[in-house]
Amino acid sequence: MIHVENLTKYYNEFCAVDQINLHIRKGEILGLLGPNGAGKTTTLRMLTGFFLPTSGNIHVKNYSIREHSLEIKKLIGYLPESAPLYHNMLVYDYLDYVANIRGLTPDQKIARLKKLAALCGLNNIMHKPISELSKGLKQRVGIAHAMMSDPEILVLDEPTSGLDPNQIVEIREIIRQIGKEKTIVLSTHILSEAEAACDRVVIINQGKIVADGSTESLRQTGNREYDIRLSLLNANIDHVQKQLMAIDGISGISPSVSDDSTVLNLTLACKSDDDIRSTIYQKIKETDWILIDFHQEGKSLENIFRELTKEN
Amino acid sequence: MRQVIHIFNKEFKDYFISPIAYIVISVFLIVTGWLFFSTFFLYNQVSLRNFFSLLPLIFSFVIPAITMRLFSEEINIGSYEILLTMPVTFKDVIFGKLLAGIAMVVSMLLPTFTYAITVAFLGELDWGPIIGGYFGAILMGAAFTSIGLFASSLTRNQIIAFIIGMAICFSLTLLDKMLFLFPGSILGVIGYIGADFHFQNISKGIIDTRDIIYFISVMVISLYGAQLAMQEKN
Repeated sequence: MIHVENLTKYYNEFCAVDQINLHIRKGEILGLLGPNGAGKTTTLRMLTGFFLPTSGNIHVKNYSIREHSLEIKKLIGYLPESAPLYHNMLVYDYLDYVANIRGLTPDQKIARLKKLAALCGLNNIMHKPISELSKGLKQRVGIAHAMMSDPEILVLDEPTSGLDPNQIVEIREIIRQIGKEKTIVLSTHILSEAEAACDRVVIINQGKIVADGSTESLRQTGNREYDIRLSLLNANIDHVQKQLMAIDGISGISPSVSDDSTVLNLTLACKSDDDIRSTIYQKIKETDWILIDFHQEGKSLENIFRELTKEN
Repeated sequence: MRQVIHIFNKEFKDYFISPIAYIVISVFLIVTGWLFFSTFFLYNQVSLRNFFSLLPLIFSFVIPAITMRLFSEEINIGSYEILLTMPVTFKDVIFGKLLAGIAMVVSMLLPTFTYAITVAFLGELDWGPIIGGYFGAILMGAAFTSIGLFASSLTRNQIIAFIIGMAICFSLTLLDKMLFLFPGSILGVIGYIGADFHFQNISKGIIDTRDIIYFISVMVISLYGAQLAMQEKN
């Protein structure tokens, strides 16, 4: 659906986006991840036709951003970072204005406004000036703005930044709702968000793509470091430690005992290219410990992110 | 064209949602009303000539105040990004805003038509110069609005936009009164650049294509400047 080829953007001497190639499929929810100043917003601004790339090109369907930016703008709904809406307008007036610009007929407009008001929870604030809205509400108006023409592609720049946890959940819920039928590109620097909302994650650092894949596949890249969590009954800490440390590949054990001191919880730090879970299980079977929980925790996305984006 | 109308509607409505329109119109009417009528009876002439001769100077202050927010505000709150990522071109945006500014100038001039009616009661009024005067005022208003748009596109600060716009309009107005400062060989050219000179021609009721071309040239140059300034920001 969206093809990005050798996309490059210079601000004077500074290279904000450097030779990015990306192919976004229809119906995908793509998370653009990266530290501040990595080039996420710049990429999105080029995709939405706000400015042209220095070199390279973007094709949306069969349209090129250089020649058919108007057609592309019709296909894309865009919510810029922190929803910079006109302060002095009422929510209704603003959405009405957007609907007019998006070319909705008066009949379509009313139906669409009703639908969006229900989806984004705007029914009670339609008559309020935008300047009086809280950040979360403004963000919702921004999403309604982006969805006005029922676009095939939705581009959201940090849709949850600066919101409180409840609002974040609400906005994510809206994104999930929309994501069932639309292609969504969203940028964020919050990892859990990418994990919660996206099918696919692209990590950008210093204008370059450093990782691309599902959150699952990203976890499996890099060093094979992971944690295994165990919960045992009828086990003695010292005994357990002695038995388990003998296994090759376990580099550390951090035990903790539950409040009623019956359950022993262990976190095993593992560093191995092979799966050592079967070895651990065999070991436990030989003893009379009772295993009540046993699972592997993937390498946290935070670690991968830090590894990929640290300054060289 | 459809988009120009939507943008025009929004911008024009904005003037009347905020207090700007009411303040600007009141100030304009008070200043012109006072300056015109305080000397009107001394001249003992049934004409609006003095009123029209005031306009270039007053427009130089008032019109930049109308136009200062048009781009500066968009740049400042970031809504320009929202605007330009909707299916509009830069031309739609700038013409929408220009027309809104001109419409504001017209709504400012409308109440002054009562001056003409009042004066007409006092004697035989020649309507030719009145129509020419209003036509010229709108042309000059359009040219100053373009200059104001250009000033507004330069900065995110509305006050700076106002001062730059005022400085340019003011210089154009005063230029042909400062001719004694220039050497004789370029007097003709400098005189031609002055806005007041062209406006006074039209307001006498003489519609000369040179004067119309002058105002249109000012508009084209300013709007092109605004386009360059906005492109430069991206």
